Amino acid sequence: MRMCRPRLILFWLTLAITLIVAPSVQAHLMNTGFGPFYDGLTHLFVTPEDLLPVIALALLAGLRGPRFGRAVLFALPAAWLVGSAAGLLLAPQVTLPVAETIVTIALGALLAASCPLPIAAVVGLAILLGLLHGSLNGSELPKTTSYGQISAAGVAVALFVVVSLLAGQAASVRVPWTRVAVRVAGSWIVAIGLLMLGWAMRAPG
Amino acid sequence: MKNFLQRAGLVHRSLVILFLLLYPLTAFAHRRGGEAIGFASGFEHPISGLDHILAMVAVGMWGAQLGAPAIWVLPVVFPMVMALGGMMGLMGIKLPGIELCIALSALALGFAVFREARPKLWIAAFIVGVFAIAHGHAHGTELPLGASGVLYSIGFVIATGLLHSLGIAIGLVHRWPAGRIALRLAGAVVAMGGVFFLWKAISGEAV
Repeated sequence: MRMCRPRLILFWLTLAITLIVAPSVQAHLMNTGFGPFYDGLTHLFVTPEDLLPVIALALLAGLRGPRFGRAVLFALPAAWLVGSAAGLLLAPQVTLPVAETIVTIALGALLAASCPLPIAAVVGLAILLGLLHGSLNGSELPKTTSYGQISAAGVAVALFVVVSLLAGQAASVRVPWTRVAVRVAGSWIVAIGLLMLGWAMRAPG
Repeated sequence: MKNFLQRAGLVHRSLVILFLLLYPLTAFAHRRGGEAIGFASGFEHPISGLDHILAMVAVGMWGAQLGAPAIWVLPVVFPMVMALGGMMGLMGIKLPGIELCIALSALALGFAVFREARPKLWIAAFIVGVFAIAHGHAHGTELPLGASGVLYSIGFVIATGLLHSLGIAIGLVHRWPAGRIALRLAGAVVAMGGVFFLWKAISGEAV
């Protein structure tokens, strides 16, 4: 677990480069300038509505153990891809902010409670999340060219990276307070979700 | 020493992941659009009012004073219930006596820290929850119109959580005899702040 000095330096260098480069990217699904794959790859990181439930699910799976993390690592991107394909093929542009937010709140609450779900339930949640968000993503992508398919692949790779980083991190925590910290992150996600729900259902005027 | 280094490594990696995940949220382009307010405004909101700061820091201090499990239960309860209040405020649901309740929160929580009050956990969580509703509702009704609130909400909740963390960090001095006294004095200061805000609320003056 201990990080040697060169790896530590590498981490901080990576962080510094990301911080310096990111502002000039102005990441956007359409115009990273690196093509559709990288547009998709970036999309997850600039879309909090998608990122928050993924964080919650990855941490929840990680807290339950490496087996859960590995299952979600493959189930979520696969379901997301299937959902994206369905959205690309079938749906007109759809947005379901309330449904998305309710899923986020539910996943955050399960994480905050460190709910001892069986692996089938965790995989089921990953599939549900992947299909819902994937289809919403897919419905917003251009349907006339291969742009949509390639950017969906980019999103799936980004999901793989996020889940492996976070689930791996959560699975490796042993000290009690760090597990509590992960659960506190779940409560923050619930709080953010509740506020998002308030925004979505905001009274006019 | 080894444990410390292990923890340091874990903290470093967690920080890197946190930055990598959160930093791009500050990028302004987003295809759903409308994040005119953004992360920075949301982050700024909870730390822009002294009454809110005092109450939130006091929650952390009280939790640290009470020890486990309250040290993490109270800071977990507060943001969630506060967000519930914020949601009610955003949806236009009216609640009476919000300003009074906010002023009372600093007074009551400061007094609890000053007295080293040790109620049952559910009572402490209930007290914190009631005050959290008031704080959240006030924030919710104050939010400006015409913007999507995702980034705002993220900033808002993180700032609130950090204020609690600050309170917990201050409250950790409770393990030393001198620190225990200092913490009680800090509670008294918060309670006096509450008296000031209560006076303002009753007299109808803006704080």
